[in-house]
Amino acid sequence: MLRVCLRGVKASARKDCGRLRVIHLQQSRGYASGGSSSGASRVVFTGLLTVSGGIGGTVLYANWDPKFRAAVEKNVPYSDWLLGLALGPAPRDSGLPVRKRMESIQPPSMMEKQKKTSKVKSGKETAEPPAPESSQAAPSPSMQGKMMESIQPPSMMEKQKKTSKVKSGKETAEPPAPESSQAAPSPSMQEASAEATQIISAISEVQSVPAPCDSQAKGYHDVSFCPAAVSASLEDSLASTAQATLQAIGAQEAALQAITLHTDKLKEAMEAEAPSEEKSTQWKDLEAALADRTTSMSDAKAALLKANEALDALKGVIDSSKGLKVPAARPLVLAAEENLHRMMVDLDKVVSKVQSAESEAKIVAQYSELVREAKQQFQREVSSLTPEIQANWKGLAGKLSTDDLNALIAHAHRRIDQLNRELAEQRVREKVHIQAALEQQKLEDQRSLENAVSSALQHVKEEARLEQERKLAELREVIEAEMRTQLRRQAAAHTDHVRDVLKVQEQELRAEAEQVLSSKMLEQETRYRQLSQEQLDNFTLDMNAAYARLKGVEEAIDSHVEAEAAARKAHQLWLSVEALNYALKTAGAESPSMPLEDAAEAVRASCTDNDFASALASALPEESLKRGVYSEASLRARFNALRSLARRVALIDESHNTLYQYFLSYLQAALLFEKQQEAPPTQLRSEDLDPFKLLSYASYCLEHGDLELAAKLVNQLRGEARRVVEDWLTEARLTLETRQAASLLAAYANAAGLGSTQVP
Amino acid sequence: MAAEYGRKWDRCLADTAVKTVTGIGVGIVFSVLFFKRRTWPVSFGSGLGLGMGYSNCQHDFRSPYLIHGGMVKVSTTWKTCNFF
Repeated sequence: MLRVCLRGVKASARKDCGRLRVIHLQQSRGYASGGSSSGASRVVFTGLLTVSGGIGGTVLYANWDPKFRAAVEKNVPYSDWLLGLALGPAPRDSGLPVRKRMESIQPPSMMEKQKKTSKVKSGKETAEPPAPESSQAAPSPSMQGKMMESIQPPSMMEKQKKTSKVKSGKETAEPPAPESSQAAPSPSMQEASAEATQIISAISEVQSVPAPCDSQAKGYHDVSFCPAAVSASLEDSLASTAQATLQAIGAQEAALQAITLHTDKLKEAMEAEAPSEEKSTQWKDLEAALADRTTSMSDAKAALLKANEALDALKGVIDSSKGLKVPAARPLVLAAEENLHRMMVDLDKVVSKVQSAESEAKIVAQYSELVREAKQQFQREVSSLTPEIQANWKGLAGKLSTDDLNALIAHAHRRIDQLNRELAEQRVREKVHIQAALEQQKLEDQRSLENAVSSALQHVKEEARLEQERKLAELREVIEAEMRTQLRRQAAAHTDHVRDVLKVQEQELRAEAEQVLSSKMLEQETRYRQLSQEQLDNFTLDMNAAYARLKGVEEAIDSHVEAEAAARKAHQLWLSVEALNYALKTAGAESPSMPLEDAAEAVRASCTDNDFASALASALPEESLKRGVYSEASLRARFNALRSLARRVALIDESHNTLYQYFLSYLQAALLFEKQQEAPPTQLRSEDLDPFKLLSYASYCLEHGDLELAAKLVNQLRGEARRVVEDWLTEARLTLETRQAASLLAAYANAAGLGSTQVP
Repeated sequence: MAAEYGRKWDRCLADTAVKTVTGIGVGIVFSVLFFKRRTWPVSFGSGLGLGMGYSNCQHDFRSPYLIHGGMVKVSTTWKTCNFF
C-alpha cells in the first residue's frame, strides 16, 4: 500500500515534473524575455528538488522497510547500487532485526499479536490487584490456555512476550494459592529424584535422536531447514529447563522440608514440656528452623522463577520448532513437549506441596501463636498470681507450696469458669463463627479448588493434548506404514503389471524385430545373391576372356612349342645328320666307318613324323647301316691298288678268260703305259671305254674327289676288270649312296632348321 | 675283289703245284712199279698234274662267267593259242 502510494506519487511527481518541465520550457520558449531564464532556472530547480526529494524519500523508506528496498532493487535497475551506497548492504538475519523483520513480514499477524498482548496486558493489569483473585485466577489459566493455543505461529518475539506474560502470571498465581490450600507435608527426595531421573531420561531420549546437519547457525532460516538444529535447540532448552526445574524442585523440596521441620519443631516446642534449657534450645532451634525456612523459601521462589523462565523458553523453542513443520523433528518436539509437561506437572505438584506445607505451617504457626499467647497469658496470670514460680509450670508440681497450689487451683477454677463462659459464648456464637469460618473456608476452598481445578484442568488438557499428539503421531506412523505397505503393494502390482506388459511388448517387439530381421535378411540375401551372381557373371566373363586369352596364349605357345619342337626336331635331325656325317667321317684309312646303324637310328628317331626324312633315312643302304662305309680316301687308295689289278686283267672277259689270256693281259699291262690321271671328257666316246683310259679317268676323278664320276667310269669296265673292281664299285656305290642320303638329310635339316627359325 | 683275285691265284698255284707233285709222285710210283723206272710216267704224271692244275685254275678264274643253263621245251601249239 505504502509502496504503491509512493510509486504513484513518484510517478505522478515525475509526470508532473515532466509536464511541468515541458510546460515551463514551453512557457520559457514562449516568454523569451528576461523572465524566461529565471523561469527556466526556477523550473530546473524545482524539478531537481522534486527528483532529489523522491530519491531521498525512497532511500529513507528503503532504509526503514527492507521489503520495500528489495522491491525497489528488483524493479529499478542500478537502484541496488545506489541504495548500497546510501544505506550499506541489505540487512541479513540477527536477533533484533529478525524481530523487526518478523514484524514487517507479518504485519497483520503482528497487529493481531499486538492486540492480543495488549489485551493480555490489560487483563494482566486488571488481574494484578489481589482482591478479585478468582477473576485473576480465571484469566491466568485462560491466558495460559490462550498461550498454549497460540503456540502455533512461530516467533521468538512472541516467545519473549510470552515469557514475560507467563512469568507475571506465575507470580500472581503463586501468592494467593498458598493462603487457602491445606498443609500437606508429603514430599520426599525420592519422588523428586524420580522425577529428576524421568526428566533426565527424557532429555537423554531427546538427545539420543541425532540428525546430522552441517549448519551451526542459530538463525531463523537455518533452524527452519535443519531438523538437527531443531533437535539441538530442543535438547539445549530441555537440558537447561530440566536443570532449572530440578533446581526448583530441589529448592522446593528443601523449602518443604524446612517448612515441615519448622512446623514439627514448632509443634514440638508447643507440646513438649521440656526443662527450660531444652526449651530455650528448642526455641533457638525453632528460630534457626524458621530462618532456614525463610531462606529455603526464598531460594525455592528464586529457583521456581528460574524454572518457570526455563520452561517458558522451552515452550517457545518447542513452539518455534513446531511451527517450522519439519516432519523429522515432530517426535522430538512431541517428546520435548511431554517432558515440558511433566516438568511443569512436577513443578506444580511440588509447588502445591510446598503451598500446602506452607499453609499447614501457617496453621501450625497460628496454632502455635495462639498456644503461645494462651501460654503467655496463663504464664502471666500464673506469674501474676505466683510471681516467683518459673514459666514452665508442668515440671513444677513437686516444688509448689499449698498456697500456691490453692492459688493455682483457684486460678484454674477461675480460668475454667472463664473458659466455660467463653465456651458458652462460643457455643452461642459458634454457628455464626462456624458460618463465617465456613464461608471463609468455602471461599478458601473454592479458591484452592479453583486453583487445583485449573491446574488439574491445565494438566489434563496438556496431557490430553500430548496424548492426542502422541496418538496422532502414532496414527500417523501407522498410517504411513500402512500407506507404505499399500504403496509397496501397489508398486508390486505395478511392477507385475509392468512386467507383464513388458513381456507382451517384448514379444511383440521381438516378432516385429524378427520380421524386420527376416525381411532385411531376405533383402540382404537377394542382394548378396545378385551381387554374387554379378560377380560370378563378371568372373565368368573374365574367366572366359582370360580363357580365350589363355587359349590364344596357349595356342601361341603351342605354336611356339610346335615351332620349337619342329626347330628342335630339325636341330635334332641336323644333329643326327651331323652325327651321321661324323659317323661317316669315322671311316679309317682302311677300315670302314662305324656302322651307321645308330646314327641312322638316331636320324630315323629324330624324324619320325617327317616322311621325307624318314624315307631318306630308310634309303640308307643296309650295308652301310650294318657295316658302315668306306671313306673316299680309302676308296681312293684301294682304287690305286685295284687299278693295277684291273690293268692286269683288262683283256679278260666272258669269252676270253683262259689262262693264256691272263698271261697276255699281264703282258699288256706290263707293256702298256697310260697317263696316270687323265681328265675325263664330258662325253664319253667309244674309244674312251678302254679300261686303261677309264682307269686313268677314274683315277683323275678320284684324285679330284669326284667319286661319283669315278664310279661311273669304273662302272664302264667290262669283263674281269669289272669283276675285279666290283667290290670297289659296290663300296663306292654304298659310300655314294650314303653320302647322298646324308647330304640330302643335311640339306633337309638345314632347310627345316632355317624354316623353323621364327620371324622376329 | 682284288683279294679274291689274289686268293684265286694262290689257290691255283697251290693246286697246280700239288697236282703236279702228285702227278709226279704217281708217275714215279707208276714208273717204279709198272714202267720200270722210266721217266715218262713222271713227266706224264707231272704233266697230268700240271694240266689238271691249269685247268682247275682256269676254271676257277672263269667261274664267274660260266652260265649254267637248262633246256626248256616250248610247245608251238600254245604259241598259236596265244595269238587268239
